[in-house]
Amino acid sequence: MGYATSMEPDVIIGLEVHVQLNKLKTKLFCSCPLDYHEDEPNTHVCPVCLGLPGAMPVVNKEAVKAAIKVALALHAEVQPFTVFDRKNYFYPDLPKGFQISQYDRPLALGGYVTIETEEGEKKITLKRIHMEEDPGKLTYKGSITTAKYCLIDYNRSGVPLLEIVTEPVMHSPKEARLFLNKLRIILEYLDVFDGSLEGAMRVDANVSIRGGGRVEIKNISSFKGVERALSYEIARQKNLLRMGRKVERETRHFDEVNNITVSLRSKEEEQDYRYFPEPDLVPIYTAELLEEVKGTLPEMPEEKRERLKAQYGIGDNFAKVLVLDKVMADYFEEVAKHVDPKLAASWVVDVLRGELNYRGKDFRFAYEMLKPEEFAKLLRYFREERITEKGVVEVIRIKLDHGGDVDEIIRSRGLFAIPKEEIERLCREAIEKNPKAVADYKGGKKKALDFLVGYVMKATRGRANPAETAQILKKMLEE
Amino acid sequence: MVTKEDVIHVANLAKIELRDDEVEKFREEFEKILEYFDVLDEVPEDVEPTYQVHDLSNVFREDVPGESLPRELVLMNAKHVEDGYFKGPKIMEG
Repeated sequence: MGYATSMEPDVIIGLEVHVQLNKLKTKLFCSCPLDYHEDEPNTHVCPVCLGLPGAMPVVNKEAVKAAIKVALALHAEVQPFTVFDRKNYFYPDLPKGFQISQYDRPLALGGYVTIETEEGEKKITLKRIHMEEDPGKLTYKGSITTAKYCLIDYNRSGVPLLEIVTEPVMHSPKEARLFLNKLRIILEYLDVFDGSLEGAMRVDANVSIRGGGRVEIKNISSFKGVERALSYEIARQKNLLRMGRKVERETRHFDEVNNITVSLRSKEEEQDYRYFPEPDLVPIYTAELLEEVKGTLPEMPEEKRERLKAQYGIGDNFAKVLVLDKVMADYFEEVAKHVDPKLAASWVVDVLRGELNYRGKDFRFAYEMLKPEEFAKLLRYFREERITEKGVVEVIRIKLDHGGDVDEIIRSRGLFAIPKEEIERLCREAIEKNPKAVADYKGGKKKALDFLVGYVMKATRGRANPAETAQILKKMLEE
Repeated sequence: MVTKEDVIHVANLAKIELRDDEVEKFREEFEKILEYFDVLDEVPEDVEPTYQVHDLSNVFREDVPGESLPRELVLMNAKHVEDGYFKGPKIMEG
């Protein structure tokens, strides 16, 4: 990317991240099932999430617990008393004419996420975390510019959403991306969030350059989008300032196709939302829920990193990467049950991870195609020198692409390494059958050795180790 | 004081168009309504706001899936429907 990515103190970025608590079974205020992604439009809706007159919302207890779990993991202060409010605005994605959200009594205040930048560790501090309902989804036939109307699907309407708001403490698009990556990892550790689902995390970004107005970029739907939208917006604002013009305070929309931001010309301000306490819901005192949740907090990435190092004696370089994905860390631990953990760590991180990345897959796929026990078996063969490094990689690739039985693959592809005695026998044979090459070698033509190595390689169909074979031959010829 | 501009602003937020005589009518009515709220000025500042008028709190539902509505019923009252979607106006702003 040709955009600025390094730290610039004059650039000020804050994010509002919308996170679906999509591991729950039902919506925030009604019992409609959450697993709508594969289903037809408007099939996961009921009077409550359609906003029909007289329908009454009731809060999903697990959603509040999941929200508290996130707040605790982000070191935020869960408030003893919290209230839902109505945020009023007219937009077809809200069937009721308002969104149930939180305003002056949010679930949690403060908190932070630690990221690792090139300049070292940095705490990204949070302003608040609150609960709200996801709006429905609008689509346009053809493109948004040519379509004459929008199509509305309310399946998403009422999905439990967390809004996590950072302080304006980031200074580059890259920091924003690091923050989002880390947040995603934490949410997945908590088992409240599946980031692979479409629309699971959506971001509004606020960006300003010292001396200019604050610009809000709405609804960016991918991590890459956040970095690109911010980079574009920073360049745009810098240009304006360079030309001596003012940066207006405004809301802009990110156009993902053209990688630019476009003014929305909307003038709605916070007071225009006319927030007021949702009369159909009662306040929540969190003390009891907080106690319930505290006992269920899993090991978080930093703790896991330290434990993996202590328990398995692996280096920080490996532990650091392993904890980036909880499923990868779990996979490693299962492999490490059966084989030297250090060997397991380097093969999981350096090889298997790469092969999965190359295929656009993650460790869930590895669990399906190459089970930890199978991988451990493969590594044991490698340790016992029954298969070469190249052979291990080949089996990994075949397993990921086609599946099958590890032993069977090794046998059918002739990947079992040749025992040393067999190599020695073939070396003797090479010497006996090629007196001319032997004579050449002894006469000073060192290159003749290559010919003899080639003989052995051919006889083993490439399975012998050439360097080792050369060593053996040399020794025999010099005796 | 409620101004004409206040009324027009609120009408815009509600996506309602008002005639000039209606603007004046609502301006007067808004003013009267807001007068009722003057009584709140007498409340001392250390009083907690009222979020709910009854004493209920922590009313929850378990996370157990129920039945959604059949789609024929969902779309039954909508005038504009296409391919199982509600049809709505195209709106560019977010």
